[in-house]
Amino acid sequence: MNKRRLTDILLKNMVVIMFVILCVGATIASKQPLTFVIPELFTRIARNSFIVLALIIPVIAGMGLNFGIVIGAMAAQIALFLTTYWGFTGISGFLATVALATPLAAFFGFLVGKLFNQMKGSEMIGGLVLGYFAEGFYQLIFLFIFGGVIKLNNPTLMIATGVGVKNTIDLKDTVKYALDTVPMLTILEIGFYVVVIGLICSALFKMAKKQTVNWKNTGLGLVAAVAVYALTFIGPVEQFLAADRLLLLYAVELWCLYMILAPVFRFIKWKMELKKHAGEELGSRRQFDKQKAIASVVAAVIVYALTYVPTLYKVLLAVKLPVMTYLCIGALCVFNNVLMKTRLGQNMRTVGQSRTVANAAGIDVDKTRIIAMIFSTVLASWGQLIFLQNVGTLSTYGAHTQVGQFAIAALLVGGASVQKATNRQALLGIVLFHTLFIVSPLAGKELFGDPVIGEYFRVFVSYGVIAMALAMHAWKKPVKAKDEKNGKEAAQAT
Amino acid sequence: MEKKNETYVLKMDNIAKEYSGNRVLKGVNLHIRPGEIHALMGENGAGKSTLMNILFGMPVIHNTGGYEGTIEVDGKQVQIDTPLKAMELGIGMVHQEFMLIPGFSVTENIKVGRELSNPNLVSRLFGRSMENLDVEAMERDARKALNTIGLKIEEYVKVAGLPVGYMQFIEIARELDKTGIRILVFDEPTAVLTESEAERLLEAMRVISAQGIAIIFITHRLDEVMAVADGMTILRDGEFVARKEIKDTNVAEIAELMIGRKVEKLVDNTAEDNRNISDQDIAVSLRDYRVEMPGEMVKGIDLDIRKGEIFGIGGLAGQGKLGIPNGIMGLYKAEGEVKINGKVLNLEKLGDALDHKVAFVSEDRKGVGLLLDESIEQNIIFSAMQTNNRFLKKVAWMQLYDAAAAKAHAEEMVKTLDIRCTGIRQAAGSLSGGNQQKVCLARALTLEPDILFVSEPTRGIDIGAKKLVLEYLTKLNREQGMTVIVVSSELVELRSISDRIAIISDGKLSCILNPDDSDADFGLAMSGAKMGGKKDA
Amino acid sequence: MRDSFNGLVKKFGLPRIIIVSFFLILVAAAFGFQMNMAQFLGDILRRWGMFGILALAMVPAVQCGIGLNFGISMGIVGGLLGGLIVVEMNLAQNPALVAIHPLFAMWVAVLLAIVIGVVLATGIGYLYGQLLNRVKGSEMTVTTYVGFSIIAFMNMMWMMLPFKNGELIWPNAGKGLRNTISLASSFSEVMNNTLSFTIAGVKIPTGLLLFFFFMCFLVWVFMRSKTGIAMSAAGANPMFAKASGINVNKMRLVGTTLSTVLAAVGILVYAQGYGFMQLYNGPMMLGFTSVAAVLIGGATPKRAGIVHVLVGTFLFQGILTLGLPVVNHIIPESNLSEVMRMIISNGIIIYAMSQTKGGSGRE
Repeated sequence: MNKRRLTDILLKNMVVIMFVILCVGATIASKQPLTFVIPELFTRIARNSFIVLALIIPVIAGMGLNFGIVIGAMAAQIALFLTTYWGFTGISGFLATVALATPLAAFFGFLVGKLFNQMKGSEMIGGLVLGYFAEGFYQLIFLFIFGGVIKLNNPTLMIATGVGVKNTIDLKDTVKYALDTVPMLTILEIGFYVVVIGLICSALFKMAKKQTVNWKNTGLGLVAAVAVYALTFIGPVEQFLAADRLLLLYAVELWCLYMILAPVFRFIKWKMELKKHAGEELGSRRQFDKQKAIASVVAAVIVYALTYVPTLYKVLLAVKLPVMTYLCIGALCVFNNVLMKTRLGQNMRTVGQSRTVANAAGIDVDKTRIIAMIFSTVLASWGQLIFLQNVGTLSTYGAHTQVGQFAIAALLVGGASVQKATNRQALLGIVLFHTLFIVSPLAGKELFGDPVIGEYFRVFVSYGVIAMALAMHAWKKPVKAKDEKNGKEAAQAT
Repeated sequence: MEKKNETYVLKMDNIAKEYSGNRVLKGVNLHIRPGEIHALMGENGAGKSTLMNILFGMPVIHNTGGYEGTIEVDGKQVQIDTPLKAMELGIGMVHQEFMLIPGFSVTENIKVGRELSNPNLVSRLFGRSMENLDVEAMERDARKALNTIGLKIEEYVKVAGLPVGYMQFIEIARELDKTGIRILVFDEPTAVLTESEAERLLEAMRVISAQGIAIIFITHRLDEVMAVADGMTILRDGEFVARKEIKDTNVAEIAELMIGRKVEKLVDNTAEDNRNISDQDIAVSLRDYRVEMPGEMVKGIDLDIRKGEIFGIGGLAGQGKLGIPNGIMGLYKAEGEVKINGKVLNLEKLGDALDHKVAFVSEDRKGVGLLLDESIEQNIIFSAMQTNNRFLKKVAWMQLYDAAAAKAHAEEMVKTLDIRCTGIRQAAGSLSGGNQQKVCLARALTLEPDILFVSEPTRGIDIGAKKLVLEYLTKLNREQGMTVIVVSSELVELRSISDRIAIISDGKLSCILNPDDSDADFGLAMSGAKMGGKKDA
Repeated sequence: MRDSFNGLVKKFGLPRIIIVSFFLILVAAAFGFQMNMAQFLGDILRRWGMFGILALAMVPAVQCGIGLNFGISMGIVGGLLGGLIVVEMNLAQNPALVAIHPLFAMWVAVLLAIVIGVVLATGIGYLYGQLLNRVKGSEMTVTTYVGFSIIAFMNMMWMMLPFKNGELIWPNAGKGLRNTISLASSFSEVMNNTLSFTIAGVKIPTGLLLFFFFMCFLVWVFMRSKTGIAMSAAGANPMFAKASGINVNKMRLVGTTLSTVLAAVGILVYAQGYGFMQLYNGPMMLGFTSVAAVLIGGATPKRAGIVHVLVGTFLFQGILTLGLPVVNHIIPESNLSEVMRMIISNGIIIYAMSQTKGGSGRE
């Protein structure tokens, strides 16, 4: 029985295991030091995570892998071109671009959702072809409309004839690193204001609706916010926070601290609840999980100990994380989770599982699917902006073409499928896929004497993994039906 | 027998409904008291589902011109024009096929579409859809609904993997959880359950009705009706037959009311009958025959069909009668021993039945019977070309389509069967139902079979074509000595042309009857109340 | 054929009307700008023959029920290998053959390439068909990505296969096949030049067109054979076919293999007409182009005939041929014809897909 379960786990995670082996093998074959691979990897995680995470919502809503995110990326690039043309720079330029890209992407997402409702069941191939179709219009805009129809006068952006946009646009003086270089201090400040305003608004709303306000909690929240904010005025703390990048070493140490403090807090809370509801029995979900707490403390200690290993220590010192970008990625992870705990999210899950049931339950299936597409397209456009501000140049006709392809491949490498995808799979997928991306040309050079083979290999991997996922998805259908039947029979027998 | 001043939770009076000129309901009444378990009975096509569609305000009713008659709920006249309206009035439905999501927990399934949620800051800005789910409150509600029907499962487990019987209960719990539920419709709820599960379901129905919720119980199992129902309404051919209290009636009476003697005679038996049918000469013999056809499972049948007779196979929809020919033709997986004229049929080998000179006219004309976009000619000659290599000519080493021979044959067939068309090039899909059926028949006959299976020969075709098809089948039998096996839901047509009629119930042979046996016999056989019975005429 | 013509008119559909009127506008514009129409017509005829067989590969695929075969790259790879082997052997320069007639030597070369391609494609197509029989219902999605994958896989292979001929490999690296391989010394334009003549300034590539029509004829004959008819029935209505004792999976296998084989022939005809063989990502989007061509001709993902191939390829290639000079005349130095190609070919595919699913999509 145990052996069977083990093989079960192995089979289920076959893709992930395969890629872990592949990555480790290729890294060793490439003969590159970790101090090169890991910093490169973290740069790529910062660049690409957001757009991969944008794929999760459509999967949950049952629309499969959204090849249409390319269209979100196009919206981002149209917006970026325009703000560049208008001369916006820095973080305000970045925010202006976001503000412009969002309605554009939302509109495109709406159209894509409409179209996908016309071709339920073949959204994926539809999205792919739609991407190519949109590419045609995109080129029409950039080659002909800009300059041809709308007169734009800017020799650095436009081709010499004045009709059509140049191949590459340098973002160095505009939005390059706009998001990456937001200092931690600013982030904390903004966070402080958001929390305060949120707490006050929430209380006001409740008062307006004549509901009871939990003044104690609101007060506690405010005090905590002020206390944290006050901390930033202490000299050394302020100095530390003035930077915009965080050394990976510190990030790891902060993580260890969190892993130890979180269970402690949970324990205290549990004790307090026990006291409050003395005599009552707490539901299973409110119990304190001792094993989990111990595990997290142990993990923290081990990780902390590992930082003292010299090679790792060197690597940890070599990586600097752009804090704001990583926070955005984290926020999207949280958003994906929180959304699923709302009414809308639950509707999406229902629609994704069975449109018939959703319909019978009075859920507007088509509308829910359109909303999912709008979310995904808008998030994809933001993801593309994050990518571009980090890269620093906009390749007008090339930056978006492979976006869907690589994002989807990354998601699948992390163990996701056409029907199921989680934040964790997305992040794991990015790590594995981009490790392979970094090392495979070098490994190709070492093994075959030609880096091109490695490059072709990684392209093949990205296509192959998608082909495999799609085939497996289609393949599984009859098998699954059979399994269900067996299950039913077994249940009847008992 | 009705008391004058009785209160009804639901009163449907003089309900009539027409689908493009075809009257499917002709003044039906349905009266249901609070807390009553009321059985709604009738053969397939009696109008039960149309009546329920009207009750639920389904779009299919209102897109086809609405209905006539009045509906009162709790004494107030109402217009039910959307399913939502029905829901608001407290009318719920337990579906035959489960409307459950396996990947969801029991709670999520019970609360699907009606989640409880708490407002938050974002939802105040963007509306209710952004509210947080209140999982604890939802679980409390689910627990309560489950307790009502006495189902002892944890509300947070996933539905996947639960026994089938439980799923029905979860469906019921979902309906009970809806606030103000007054009337609950059970559509053949026991069809997919085992005996003990069905027993528990009936018990749960009693519990629910004891709380004042009325139940409309659609079923054809007479024993269940007798066991649990308080009253019943019987429909036949869209007409209201009777409303009875269970205590005032008995099984035989109900069965007779359901079938009813229909006077119309479909076929004039003018042809001379000089056939020689003997019990020794068996055309088709089935032993422990099983077919896995979804929705029409055959679960072990022993049957002998004599050479040269017209044999009818009847029964209600979903009982397995359609599985019999489909299994023999290899369209669905079949097991057991099948002998055709004494020779064993290889059920694994596709097309073996055709090689044994068995032809089949499918009940699913559009799905199985025809190539809708192809010409009449193609449709008629296709099977014979593939099976018997007819209508092919040799050019060099290739076997090519012999257009001339095919045309000649198709034209002859069109003439013989009086297929109304613009020519043999017309696409089969653009023909009327009756003419499509004739094309199907023509294809089967082109195979020159010894044994002809005809499944639902008159489904969806008008009365004139009906008569012609049935007469032609009789003619084939009388003149060419072809063994004809007619599988049909319409007892009238079976009784008007068959020599013997087998009734299939729950995938098994209920009994074999003579066409002139009593209505009660047929009714009981179809309701599965009587097993075995007389084996021979 | 009369039926399919009637069907063509009935199912003409909005996008096709747009495409046809667009074509007519281009023709009118070309006349208006007093361009060299004879040269254009010659070009269109040449491209018609070049792309025709690739579009023809859609017919058996659609008819046998696997739908639009975006994965003809499987066959294309086979054809390319055949071509490579023949170039490697230097067959067209073989003195014995050249002695008979240089054109004869080239014909031997191209035909041998086709034979090798067909043999390889048969094997590939069979395996490919086995895969498609297991993913019924999502063939289009799977074929697209399987097609992309094989191209990506072959990219690695082109780097590593042990070809030696200097015409094939990169001159300085000494290994790895070139991106574009000139066929000048093997079978470049052999079909185009055979029996070609010029009438009223229009160059007619007789050999090419004859070969194209011959392939169409072969497919047409096959479609009228017992197997061909059974295959069409299996694609149109699997249950119907099953009821007549036909093994549907086998028929799908036949159709898929045939489609793959035609793709192999098609790419070689295309290569000889073009004068070059494109390796690596060159043939990646040929599947889309071919699909678009038959759709423009009036095919649907469920039905496709020879007429659709002939009409569709002619219209599509006509628009591409005329589009470039006409558009460039209006807006010089723009790359709009490529944009046009993308919008038309992908637009028609999306339209076709939304049409077939539109009805069943609403619950």
